Amino acid sequence: MIQIQNLTTGYPGKVVVQDVSVDFLPGQVLVLLGPNGSGKSTLLKAALGLLPAEQGTVLYDGVDIRQMKRKHVAQKAAFLTQSRNTPSILSLRMVLHGRFPYLSYPRQYSKADYAIARKAMDVTGCRQHENTNINQLSGGQRQGVYLAMALAQDTETVFMDEPTTYLDIRRQLQIMETARTLADEGKAVVLVLHDISMALRGADRIGVFQDGRLLMCDTPEKVYESGVLDGVFDVHVHCAETPHGKQYYCVEREE
Amino acid sequence: MNNLRISSIRKHKSLFWIGLCLLTLLTAILSIWTGSVNVSAQQVFAALIGQDTTSTAARIVLFTRLPRTCAAMLAGAALAVSGAVIQTVLNNPLASPGVIGVNSSAGLGVALVCAAAPTAQRFTPLVAFLGALAGVLLILGLSQGTGASRMTVVLAGVAISNLFSAGIDGVITLVPDALNGITDFRIGGFTGVTMRQLAPAAWMILGSLAIVLTLSQQLDILALGSDTAQSLGMSVKPVRFLLLVLAAALAGAAVSFAGLLSFVGLIVPHAVRRILGEDNLPVLAASILGGGIFVTLCDLLARVLFAPFELPVGIVLAFTGAPFFLWLLLRQKGGRG
Repeated sequence: MIQIQNLTTGYPGKVVVQDVSVDFLPGQVLVLLGPNGSGKSTLLKAALGLLPAEQGTVLYDGVDIRQMKRKHVAQKAAFLTQSRNTPSILSLRMVLHGRFPYLSYPRQYSKADYAIARKAMDVTGCRQHENTNINQLSGGQRQGVYLAMALAQDTETVFMDEPTTYLDIRRQLQIMETARTLADEGKAVVLVLHDISMALRGADRIGVFQDGRLLMCDTPEKVYESGVLDGVFDVHVHCAETPHGKQYYCVEREE
Repeated sequence: MNNLRISSIRKHKSLFWIGLCLLTLLTAILSIWTGSVNVSAQQVFAALIGQDTTSTAARIVLFTRLPRTCAAMLAGAALAVSGAVIQTVLNNPLASPGVIGVNSSAGLGVALVCAAAPTAQRFTPLVAFLGALAGVLLILGLSQGTGASRMTVVLAGVAISNLFSAGIDGVITLVPDALNGITDFRIGGFTGVTMRQLAPAAWMILGSLAIVLTLSQQLDILALGSDTAQSLGMSVKPVRFLLLVLAAALAGAAVSFAGLLSFVGLIVPHAVRRILGEDNLPVLAASILGGGIFVTLCDLLARVLFAPFELPVGIVLAFTGAPFFLWLLLRQKGGRG
């Protein structure tokens, strides 16, 4: 399990995340919400060791990330980044790169690596594109390939930074469904989202960020009841009982 | 269209590689066979297997055309791979050792050492490498330290390239004999290259090529972007540095005997990627062969076009390379831009 303890971090001359503590629990989908620039993505980067901590610690199963080799971090946590390069290669090849942390120099990917990559492509529903160049895929299909690459890393924790942005609604729901599947398999799944309704509906826990601080981290019900989202996003969040369970929607705030 | 081509090449993979190897061999033979003096096929063969080393024909083959062909093959391979590596490491398809000033910084090193210590010719590849390394690190610092855009990096490279070129011109003006060993240094050419002169640079190129080939997987991961590469467990900074050192060694070694050859490092990797896609092992291997073929053919053209007068190969490279590059750029419009 990955634990963040009193973490302060950011970029030279600019603190972005301030004194944040949170545990990424196995078997749960944790969604981080907050306005742009509130520190969600930065927290993910620090959790993965892409940004050094200024204060506080990041623990992987109790071990400080600073004492770990990058390769070992990559065997425990995968990251679906927000902006990505799309080199002109076949999808399967792309997903295979998820096995890189397990590759010892200069060996080639093994049969087992291929099997894991194909299985990951089954999970995200992009197996039929395995011999297609990723440049030829639609945005949604490509996202499936990237997610498969992260899954091929076979880690206990999966971080996704705005995985649903630019996708059509069906694809967005598929991503949420995949997140749920992974959590049911016992993984800790951490997503940064902008869609409040989707987050409240699909998460086990919600972390609410404002100005680099984690204001609250609790179940969707408690977060909704606390009204903290209304303040952070300057909207009214409402809940409605529907035949499909509780649904949440936002309306503009009346002054 | 692109996809069609890639898939059809996948199907005929072995044919493609056999063809490329044959083409390399054919180009080499043609380059040794052809020139302003007529030498028969038998004479070439006799000279190459060591049966005849004394006749005029044999001497032309052994001491002019063979070194020249080797030089063209090596320079082409080195610059093409250097370009392929630099493009991936800087994540910038417009970069190449020529464009970002690595060639000219290597050239300045060569000019300086030739002017200061004319007897130290053995060390020119090493000095050229150090010059190239300085150029490459300057660009790396610029692109990462400031977070400059790709276009800014290319423009900065053009500025740096001009600065070092001015330095070379300065040295040549002040010490006119400095580069007499290498005629056509500014435009690049192989006139008068000897095996002895070539040997140290050749080892440097072959060694660097071998190491780069073993790092193709690292290049693949690097091409996914820095954050993804790190989250896949790669220590991006040292890997990037090592690859740039190798790219500098390749470009520097080529510059040390061939001068400032333009366009090879830019267009060969581009052309290769268009045909093969962006898996780095095949791209690097095809760049080695393709770069060698391209430069050797251009050199052949340079020798026969106005025979008995010879052009520096750099002129032919520019005349074939520039239109080809423009064509590549314009074709890309509407593609993945």
